[in-house]
Amino acid sequence: MSVNKQSVSYTIIYIVVLVVVVAAALAGVSIALTPRQNENADADKMKQILASVHIVPDADVVTDFNRYITAQAVVNVAGDIIGDDAFSINVAEQSKIADLSERKLPVYMCTLSDGSEKYIIPVYGAGLWGPIWGYVAIDSDGSTVYGAYFAHQGETPGLGAEIEKPAFSGQFESKHLFKDGRFMPVTVVKAGQKPAGDEDYVDGVSGGTITSKGVGEMLQNCISPYEAYLNSLRNK
Amino acid sequence: MAEKISNKSVLLNPFSKNNPVIVQVLGICSVLAVTAKLEPAIVMGLSVIAVLAFSNVIISLIRSTIPTNIRIIVQLVVVAGLVVIVDQLLKAYAYDVSKQLSVFIGLIITNCILMGRLEAFAMGNKPWPSFLDGIGNGIGYTIILVITGFFREFLGSGTLLGYQVVPQWCYDHGYANNGLMILPPMALIVVAVVIWVHRSSHKELQED
Repeated sequence: MSVNKQSVSYTIIYIVVLVVVVAAALAGVSIALTPRQNENADADKMKQILASVHIVPDADVVTDFNRYITAQAVVNVAGDIIGDDAFSINVAEQSKIADLSERKLPVYMCTLSDGSEKYIIPVYGAGLWGPIWGYVAIDSDGSTVYGAYFAHQGETPGLGAEIEKPAFSGQFESKHLFKDGRFMPVTVVKAGQKPAGDEDYVDGVSGGTITSKGVGEMLQNCISPYEAYLNSLRNK
Repeated sequence: MAEKISNKSVLLNPFSKNNPVIVQVLGICSVLAVTAKLEPAIVMGLSVIAVLAFSNVIISLIRSTIPTNIRIIVQLVVVAGLVVIVDQLLKAYAYDVSKQLSVFIGLIITNCILMGRLEAFAMGNKPWPSFLDGIGNGIGYTIILVITGFFREFLGSGTLLGYQVVPQWCYDHGYANNGLMILPPMALIVVAVVIWVHRSSHKELQED
């Protein structure tokens, strides 16, 4: 070839063409796959919501979700219902709003096969390396935890990542959010220790202290705004 | 030199005699990160095989057109593009696996083996040998990942691929999982032991 491959103009044209080609390829892949990815993400979210009430869906998650989740609601900090499309609320964004009265709080009402009603609250917070999130199912008394599900993006396998194991989330079952009429979300403490107050607590993961603390803060931050709503369930 | 090596040895050498991890000592960083459990180690290995093979082929195809002074940037662009595509494909067709590996897939970009093979092999060889070189090095990397992941998950968690393998009566009689095994330093020590065992059976690799 007669082109001088070491010249500045060749270099610049080369890299521009290369970047445009790669960018076009990535854009194409992204456009082609996004609908599928969103479907997967939605199905995965439904699976996680059902996991908090110990339901492992069959192949078709959407059908099971529609069967068990009988109603959805969006409430505000005063406990008033302000909407009914809980699924489309971005919990990550809402959990970062400092002014509680601005927050939209999604609730999923779940009717189990034995007819009992559970209220599922999504939670979102920060672990050691990235976001952690989960769903907490509460009995119709507005206080007793029926089940919990936690997940994480990139916590250390074997350490912080243990929060997604039933060994950790199972500890939350039958804990109470209200103690002697006072509202106190379940806290997470180091194994063997006790919290300062007399609220219900669970043991953190050893070796995953920061992640465990993150779970505690997440529950505190995301469940507290529901106090009025849970109170109204309690007095129903 | 490159022409004298047969395609077969290009593919097979990296398994043992010229293994990227334990002989070339590349990609140690990701070995520390992904081997606490066996399953991510395996999927990470497969992803590296795919990315390495295709980036080798692409770089080999365009090797004569790349201006020398920006060749590293060109290699990075190709690798980064492929890694994002692999990530997107996993998200669309293997959502559960991609959720587990989310951060690790991105780590492939920083994997020294990729840049090492692109520089050392694909820049000077035809596409087909480059493809075999990518597959071979990817498999060599995966072998070490799987060995390390096996011992770390077995001794650290008592499980393999998530299934309990250490029976309950061992725990009842005082056996405890070694928590140190799931921390990154033990990956270095396990890899060092693998290198030791490997060197002692390959005299020609021993240094003074």
